Amino acid sequence: MTQILIPGCSIPSAMSLFQRKDVMHELAIAQSIITAVDGEVARQSLPPVTRIVVRVGALSDIVPDALVFNFEAITQDTQFAQTKLVIEEVDVKAHCKACGHKFAIENLFFLCPKCDSGQVEVTQGEELHIAYLEVDDFN
Amino acid sequence: MPRQIPLKEKLTSENDRLAAQIREQLQQHEIFALNFVSSPGSGKTSLLEKTIAALGNSLEIGLIAGDVQTENDAERLTRAGGRMVRPIVTGGACHLDAKMITRVLSEFNLETLDLLFIENVGNLVCPSSFDLGEDMKVVLISTTEGDDKPLKYPGMFRRSSVMVVNKIDLLGTSDFDLERVKKHARQINADLDILELSCRTGDGLDTWLQWLQRRVRKNRPIVA
Ligand SMILES: Nc1nc2c(ncn2[C@@H]2O[C@H](COP(=O)(O)OP(=O)(O)O)[C@@H](O)[C@H]2O)c(=O)[nH]1
Ligand SMILES: [Mg+2]
Ligand SMILES: [Zn+2]
Repeated sequence: MTQILIPGCSIPSAMSLFQRKDVMHELAIAQSIITAVDGEVARQSLPPVTRIVVRVGALSDIVPDALVFNFEAITQDTQFAQTKLVIEEVDVKAHCKACGHKFAIENLFFLCPKCDSGQVEVTQGEELHIAYLEVDDFN
Repeated sequence: MPRQIPLKEKLTSENDRLAAQIREQLQQHEIFALNFVSSPGSGKTSLLEKTIAALGNSLEIGLIAGDVQTENDAERLTRAGGRMVRPIVTGGACHLDAKMITRVLSEFNLETLDLLFIENVGNLVCPSSFDLGEDMKVVLISTTEGDDKPLKYPGMFRRSSVMVVNKIDLLGTSDFDLERVKKHARQINADLDILELSCRTGDGLDTWLQWLQRRVRKNRPIVA
């Protein structure tokens, strides 16, 4: 049996990649990107989409490489075969509710570096959304 | 000329959609649900066995036992007195997902259930990314493991509401530093409830059972 390591999952599995795909977030997210963009293209009668820019927060549990991999796999032979999926990674920032200090969170350490309070609010890093599309106008 | 078209579209996965449905269904039926996560061997099944033995007569407890290969844990829970136990054999997948829960949930009588306990696959990484529609995650760590677990797997400790430190009967037999574990866990998650117990000796189990009973939603007299 061959061991396959799925991006986003740490444990090697003897299952085939095909079987494992349906339990992955990244495939489901790739599909929802296509559904959303497809809808927008139809609604606005857009020319071919060259790029889709997606913002992925470090807390979103999405592995960017796995998302691109799945997007490319399922857009082969579709109108999005030539479309590039661009991922903008967003790092984690927080704001301390006790002292008001704003800081970046590294290694998921959620204590305020200034006053040691645990009452911190994440201000960015949880996003998972499409930012914009790019289309080519030939005229 | 390239032209940019703004499109503020939030992306949710199929798993999150299903988990939201499960959560709504459980809340409608006033069922309090916990998702137990840990490394293999920390004592998830042991804690569930003890809990069934203590509360199984007064409360209706639904149990879902996830495992990569076997139904052993489900059998242990049935032997411990569990009346509604369903195994989920993932066949290799290193976590449970909401689709698997949806499938087995239809086999429970939700009208009568007070509690639903889900034992996840033994793994501290992947299960943290898959919402099962539970009210809370309970992360177990035992004193025979490395005490750097919270720092190594911050995602899991961040997303859990309770940390159970199990096997305190073995404290002192290794260099496991309980205070260090608690300190690190709180750095990652300041709101984490921390309980210390031993499934072997029963030490600390009362606190756990009381914690649990306070969360039961259906209005029932508790028989000791
Ligand atoms: N010494 C000691 N052993 C325990 C305790 N709790 C569980 N164990 C043992 O640890 C092993 C793994 O427990 P189990 O419940 O199967 O862990 P799981 O893989 O997380 O479900 C078993 O041999 C248990 O008997 C405890 O509090 N103290
Ligand atoms: Mg077990
Ligand atoms: Zn502060």
